[in-house]
Amino acid sequence: MSPARFSADVSAWIGPYPFRELPHPDAAVLVRVLERENIARAWVGALPSAWHRDPSPSNSWLYEQLAAHVGVLLPSPTVRPDWPDWERTLTDAADRGAPSVRIYPMQLGVGSAAPLLTNLATAAGECGLVVQLTVRFEDLRQRHPLDGASDLTAAHIRTVVRGDSRVRVIVSGAGRDLIEETHWSLTPDEQRRCFWDWAWVWGPPEDHFAHLVETIGADRFVFGGFWPLRLIQAPVATFSMLQSFLPGLTTSTAEEISAGARAAAAT
Amino acid sequence: MPPTHLIDPHAHFHWHASRLDFARYNASRLGTGGLIGIEWHVASILGTWGQNSPTYFASPADVTAGNDAMYAIADAEASRVRSYVHVNPNHTDHALHEIERGVNRGAIGVKLSASRRANDPLLDPIAAEAGRRGLPILHHIWQHRQRDWGMQEASDASELVHLAARHPHTNFILAHIGGGGDWAHSINLLREVPNVFPDLSGSGVDRGMLDRWLETLGAQRLIWAADLTLCTGLAKLRALEVIGMPQADLDDICWRNAARIFPAHSFVHAVPA
Repeated sequence: MSPARFSADVSAWIGPYPFRELPHPDAAVLVRVLERENIARAWVGALPSAWHRDPSPSNSWLYEQLAAHVGVLLPSPTVRPDWPDWERTLTDAADRGAPSVRIYPMQLGVGSAAPLLTNLATAAGECGLVVQLTVRFEDLRQRHPLDGASDLTAAHIRTVVRGDSRVRVIVSGAGRDLIEETHWSLTPDEQRRCFWDWAWVWGPPEDHFAHLVETIGADRFVFGGFWPLRLIQAPVATFSMLQSFLPGLTTSTAEEISAGARAAAAT
Repeated sequence: MPPTHLIDPHAHFHWHASRLDFARYNASRLGTGGLIGIEWHVASILGTWGQNSPTYFASPADVTAGNDAMYAIADAEASRVRSYVHVNPNHTDHALHEIERGVNRGAIGVKLSASRRANDPLLDPIAAEAGRRGLPILHHIWQHRQRDWGMQEASDASELVHLAARHPHTNFILAHIGGGGDWAHSINLLREVPNVFPDLSGSGVDRGMLDRWLETLGAQRLIWAADLTLCTGLAKLRALEVIGMPQADLDDICWRNAARIFPAHSFVHAVPA
């Protein structure tokens, strides 16, 4: 068997999307997609939880759905750090082997300077959990009138990254502008703890991905497919195109990022 | 199975008056296009792309200069690049003259961007002239435009179908179903308008999009294309391949439909007449 093209997809979800019909957003289908694309495993969130006031039931559902796919689909539960007993989400996640937790500040109406973002960074840093942020679920130009959340801002990302020197952050769905605005507004240590997928970054002929690899480094990136919202073939295509010109191209892996978070927590 | 040929009927190039790194951009399109397997790029240059006059409201002088730059690229890359003639319909006489000049320079289609609403009667002489000459019109579309946005007078499918109905002998390519806006809104509007062919280009790669369009319009109405993002073009190509459609349908989408609506012999080196 050929080696996995990517060891993991860090930007996957299961479950329905409130504003559009998604074909088969199910765990078993995701497993087949990963096999087809030669990707070993995925970090998986519960998509509806981004809009739920209390994410706990969705997290329970997520654990149930992934139970049949241990080792392939890793849970990435949603946390809301202004909800009573929110810290339990993190300890549960760590106990269940989750590599990360996800927070959706824009869907929660959380400002970029909110202390809860710092509190989350600290708690996740202590538990060795990666914090995952999502810039957007759909293009701004097609959103449902009730989907009034703006795209995630660089200020939000900075607050989380700076919230604790142990925390590792993965941002999904950013374009070149947000990546550059954020990366170059962080110290070198902060930059090293902030990772990006390239699911929304343009490839040729604009070559934004090539530009970012050259300027901020391939190790700032980790594969994220944005399934079930978008074609997982898109970031695979972007990577393979650049790899044609840079045969040795490699990015960070999900496992490396998770190991870094756990090691930092242990110190 | 991959398609037997691949034509990109929605491509763009740049030139020295539009961006400093135009040579890198153009080389990237051609080089990556070769990797994907694109045999023909049918392309336009929209004036100076905003440097001297707005991209979507290009001045007559910029339209002419941009077209000349496009023809020069097509001349230099004669085995893989064909031209659209880009026109601004607000300047009707100039637009008609540009079409005549463009055809004489080898253009095989007309490019309309977002200079005037598609259902405006001002577009009629252009649509008629394109039809008379057998040139398809590639029309920039904002899927389900719900308000006006700055620096453009964009149209959506509901407006393009009026123009298409008035000119049943002219073929229209509805630009980039993945290029912004709600693609689901456009689908049913086109069901009964046989002379409008949606292209699949755009940076949007929503899951379910290709399936819905295929289910509603069928393979003989859809045209694969890339526009500004070859990466998402390749992704859609891969997605079409895994859908499991018949080879003939894949070929319709990837080149045969384009070969049907552009003038005969436009792609003679790659595609049999």
